[in-house]
Amino acid sequence: MNMRAEIARVAYRGRTASIGFAHGPFVRVDVVPNGKRQIGTPGDEKLAIRAALDLAGRQIALLANAAGGEASQILEFQVALLDDEDFLDPIFAAIHAGTPADEAWSSALEEQIADYNSAPDEYLQARSSDLADLRDRVLRTLRGGANEAPKLPSGAVICADDLPPSRFLEIDWSSGGGLALLRGSPTSHVALLARARGIPMVVQLGAVAERAQTALLDGEHATLELDPGTEQIDVFERRREAHRKSRAAAHAFLRRPAASWDGEKIRLLINIQRVEDLAHGDAQYADGIGLMRTEFLLGEQAGLPDEESHYLAYDAVLRWAGKRPVTIRTFDAGGDKPVLGFTKDGEANPFLGVRGLRLCLARPDIFTVQLRALARAAMHGNLKVMFPMVTTPEELEAARTLFADVVSRLQAEGIPVVLPELGIMVEVPAAALTIERFKASFFSIGSNDLAQYVTACDRTNGALAKLSDPLHPAVLELIGRTAQYGKRAGISVSLCGEMAGDPRCIPALLSCGLRELSVNPSALAQVKQTIDGLSRGGHP
Amino acid sequence: MLETSKANGQIFTGSVRLIHAVGMHARPAVRLTKLAKKFNAHILIRASNAAEWTNAKSVAKVMALRAVRDSIIEIQASGEDAEAAVAALVDLVATDFPDSGP
Repeated sequence: MNMRAEIARVAYRGRTASIGFAHGPFVRVDVVPNGKRQIGTPGDEKLAIRAALDLAGRQIALLANAAGGEASQILEFQVALLDDEDFLDPIFAAIHAGTPADEAWSSALEEQIADYNSAPDEYLQARSSDLADLRDRVLRTLRGGANEAPKLPSGAVICADDLPPSRFLEIDWSSGGGLALLRGSPTSHVALLARARGIPMVVQLGAVAERAQTALLDGEHATLELDPGTEQIDVFERRREAHRKSRAAAHAFLRRPAASWDGEKIRLLINIQRVEDLAHGDAQYADGIGLMRTEFLLGEQAGLPDEESHYLAYDAVLRWAGKRPVTIRTFDAGGDKPVLGFTKDGEANPFLGVRGLRLCLARPDIFTVQLRALARAAMHGNLKVMFPMVTTPEELEAARTLFADVVSRLQAEGIPVVLPELGIMVEVPAAALTIERFKASFFSIGSNDLAQYVTACDRTNGALAKLSDPLHPAVLELIGRTAQYGKRAGISVSLCGEMAGDPRCIPALLSCGLRELSVNPSALAQVKQTIDGLSRGGHP
Repeated sequence: MLETSKANGQIFTGSVRLIHAVGMHARPAVRLTKLAKKFNAHILIRASNAAEWTNAKSVAKVMALRAVRDSIIEIQASGEDAEAAVAALVDLVATDFPDSGP
């Protein structure tokens, strides 16, 4: 075998959007049509767009019927727009005034897309990709491109810049295959569809070669390998088989009482983004909630949430948990999570800016509302409250003083409240290095930000994927220090970043001395099984 | 919640609180415009006392209301089946856009 050729094989690393494995022909799909077209009289142009709109409507209706369920609801909005005179009239007026059909259509859609993109609400922003989908579908017809579903070899690894939901649905996935996107996001509609169908998907791959014969897509490790050698294929197939077996076996572990390692019980908790996440079938097997994020409350209504919205959410989660512990994190806005009317605009470096607890302490008007609701909810369960992005003990004490004030004011109003246990996220290296100075009831290591700050790597930047390894010895050193201090001082320490759900990281985390991990509900089975394997002396 | 009133001869109005958790987003907007289109009446909608009324049969316009949870949705209609249209639309919003709509 030619060694040089082996070394020359290319591998790309992205982010996981849907776990699974695909080995098949490599197909680049170029979505955005750019062909020139012959422009006719305004009359011709009107006929052309009318025909293109009709065709688009029929195609989408067919897709929606075939797909059903959630997918058809996603497409329903596009169908409604094609039948919206108020939306179409200005386009026809522009064509009447001499604008070519494709230009009139695309500028009307661009305007809508920009409008949705500027919305403060993530849900509305996500609609913009549906509009881009509709824009491109009609443009393909107008610009004479083939608008038929592309004939793709079965089981192909499809590679595109990004892929709109309707194109995903046009592809025949019945014999497998996978999706590799140069951009894209794990939270997109397409990612949701891919996960629902069990199609492996990797996003944010950056630049990928235009041509290749075959591809290996590993949704678990977020890699794409092109024109692999036989050795690479062997390794890949072994990983695929191991994954298949572990998936099947993992579910059997869920019902077992507790994971243990080295004779010690490992507590497995879950991370939730919003109350609805508790509906996941595996959530009930968790030992509690290790991280409830509260930023979702900031996106649900115009303006900031009132005390009652906070309270209802916290109360629902505490009731679900019963006696199990629930750790709620106060607002972690700022950084990559800007919120209108709350976070600061125009910071040169928002990740190192006024975010997390820093922002909450700067805005006691907003923070107090959350603390009031937490104090009330604390009456109904085992609530712990944690503050994000803490750098010095003074910040924790300032938050504690504010919280204690809130509690005494509520008591004066005759409202039953209690001050919950207070802890901090350990994600700023300065806090990890001086952990013994903090008078916290518990620590929760936010390994995503910790790794990002320790390695000085933006973890969404694909070009830094190798450098931003959370298993960097410096990151493990800080995790180890925190865990060891917790052991000595009798303070519980958990870890709630992505590392906790990554089977490759778990041995290192347990060796650091961690005995509490908090993961997404969907990772619970796998993590439990991994720990069980390790406790039997196996390897993950 | 339903305050259908006959004002100004041919114009019927009603108002209702939007209880949908995420506000007037794609699915509710599609349901509402679909139902509105079943009536011949000219139907207008606005949210929380906005100055402008907008066409209740246009999904783009209804989405552009950006109506959030708990906003008050007002409907007004004129024409032959205006009264029934207002009642049906108010009911749709009040019952939180059920799957098996009329």
